[in-house]
Amino acid sequence: MLELAIKGSKKYYGWMAFLLVIVGVGFLLYLKQLDFGLGITGLSRDTSWGFYIANFTFLVGVAAGGVMVVLPYYLHDYKAYGKVTILGEFLAIASVLMCVTFILVDLGQPMRILNVFLYPSPRSVLFWDTIVLNGYLFLNIIIGWNVLEAERNGVHYQKWLKPLIYISIPWAVSIHTVTAYLYCGLPGRGFWMTAILAPRFLSSAFAAGPALLILLCLIIRRLTDFDPGREQIQSLAKTVAYAICINVFFFLCEVFVSFYSNIPDHMDHIKYLFVGLQGHGAYVPWMWASFGLMIVGIILTVNPSTRKNEGVLAVACVAIFAGTWIDKGLGMIAGGFTPSPLHEINEYIPSIPEIMIALGVWALGFLVLTALYKIAVGVKEEVHG
Amino acid sequence: MDSSRRRVLQLLGLSSLALTAKPVFNAFAKEQAHAEKTEPVIKESEKALKAKQWAMVIDTREFHSEEDLKPLIAVCDKIHNVPHLANKRHEIKWIWGAPYHNTFPDKAGRFLSEEVEHKPFLVLCNHCENPPCVRACPTKATFKRESDGIVLMDFHRCIGCRFCMAACPFGARSFNYRDPRPFIVKIDKNFPTRMKGVVEKCNFCSERLAVGQLPACVEAAEGKLHFGDLYDPESEVRELIKTNYTIRRKQQLGTEPSVYYIV
Repeated sequence: MLELAIKGSKKYYGWMAFLLVIVGVGFLLYLKQLDFGLGITGLSRDTSWGFYIANFTFLVGVAAGGVMVVLPYYLHDYKAYGKVTILGEFLAIASVLMCVTFILVDLGQPMRILNVFLYPSPRSVLFWDTIVLNGYLFLNIIIGWNVLEAERNGVHYQKWLKPLIYISIPWAVSIHTVTAYLYCGLPGRGFWMTAILAPRFLSSAFAAGPALLILLCLIIRRLTDFDPGREQIQSLAKTVAYAICINVFFFLCEVFVSFYSNIPDHMDHIKYLFVGLQGHGAYVPWMWASFGLMIVGIILTVNPSTRKNEGVLAVACVAIFAGTWIDKGLGMIAGGFTPSPLHEINEYIPSIPEIMIALGVWALGFLVLTALYKIAVGVKEEVHG
Repeated sequence: MDSSRRRVLQLLGLSSLALTAKPVFNAFAKEQAHAEKTEPVIKESEKALKAKQWAMVIDTREFHSEEDLKPLIAVCDKIHNVPHLANKRHEIKWIWGAPYHNTFPDKAGRFLSEEVEHKPFLVLCNHCENPPCVRACPTKATFKRESDGIVLMDFHRCIGCRFCMAACPFGARSFNYRDPRPFIVKIDKNFPTRMKGVVEKCNFCSERLAVGQLPACVEAAEGKLHFGDLYDPESEVRELIKTNYTIRRKQQLGTEPSVYYIV
């Protein structure tokens, strides 16, 4: 099926070339980072994780979000999703690929990465994260590819795929749970130390992932002969509506516990993010923007008249994707590190090269995603067109 | 795809899976392996100082200003090749001074005496008995030495993921954001320099203990710092803990720090 990815229109090649340029710029700057060290980023002794790890965390969510089409189709036999499951699975592949790349670019000594396998440490959550992420990647490649190939050949997919499909559903939940455990099990980091962190991650994932999927469906309908379907998009929109409501609810639970208990260790991080602390407040406008975007998203997706208008729905999805990205991709990590364990405030601001490298990773992900979607849509056009 | 090519690909996939899985199984099977394998023996110096768990008692009553801490910090930096970086973000610190409310943020009362409010307190790695950094490390590059409880770093195994820095509740760890060597005032050949991209921290002078010397800061403090075995009831540190009111940093987190402060 790979041949479908290399036969395309001028527009397709143009888009791929555009992405390649961004990947190239990111790669050149990464070479600079390899040479100089992570000092070219905005990271510091106090904020030792930043933009890379934040984007990694967000994208684990997008990857897990793919399960929101797989689960109804395979577990509830919701036939309409048969058309779009492959889009969810391929989105998961591209997202996990970005996650792994973000981890790689974040390492101080990336050439030693195999030490994770040479000296496996089951007590480290990172060890388990490596396992679940790679496992999820392989599951989606195997399932997505074989089911699509079967569809192309007009046969039912192989029997042995069924158990893998069932495993992939809880596995999707596991990748984001384990990723949350990276943070919430650390003593002395009050912002993350909450049992609701994994559920919160999952709720924002199930909003952001399907929101992106809706946008991708709308784009595919416009650019190709394959229509993912109005019913499918509307069903996804309901998932997004529930998930974003739950996400905001979880966040408000967090705020209540922190502020009613009045424990400084828990309050100070939220204060730093939303109102500023001791004169430092670089994230304040961002966090309110994030909150505002999520509220707009709720209003537009919960209300049937706005949800059913696909133009408005697209706006809502952009708002939700951006809002959850700021929440997780900016605030979650920087907010957890500030104030520091010694209660000092050294603000973290990502540097330009750091942002460019991150953009390069995103471009790489979208390059893979475009190629995969090109294949999927090509098959769909052959079969249904 | 013809079937033989598919067959080869399947085999390749399976064998690469087996290769990556092997060390994982080895780790789980380590218990049994111990019996058969002979561990390499490192010959110890006869003068080596030994303890079940090394601990430090800092008599904060004896330290009044930055000046009092300076010689201790200087000797540590010197013998451990700790670089002096001007950029605060890239700082490497093994032992340093911090105000009371930063050292003990959970115990920072109000209306403290002028002196306590303004004088610096020594902070360093606590060599916890339950170190969260060791739990976090995905390669065992940082580990708690069973023989004497020191939390050590293998600079050559560290992949620079900085999970240990997120896990440490004491901010005791530093990361080499750039090559530290040009910023070392004078390289001491008796201790390794580090490269960019790895984490480092205080090692309780394990290299000195191995040859019968007390940690450099303890020696330089001339009696204001005390060092000994926490599990030896006769040790000086135990006597001091028994006869003085001591506190530890963030005790409530259960990491069991081995650095005690007489206040």
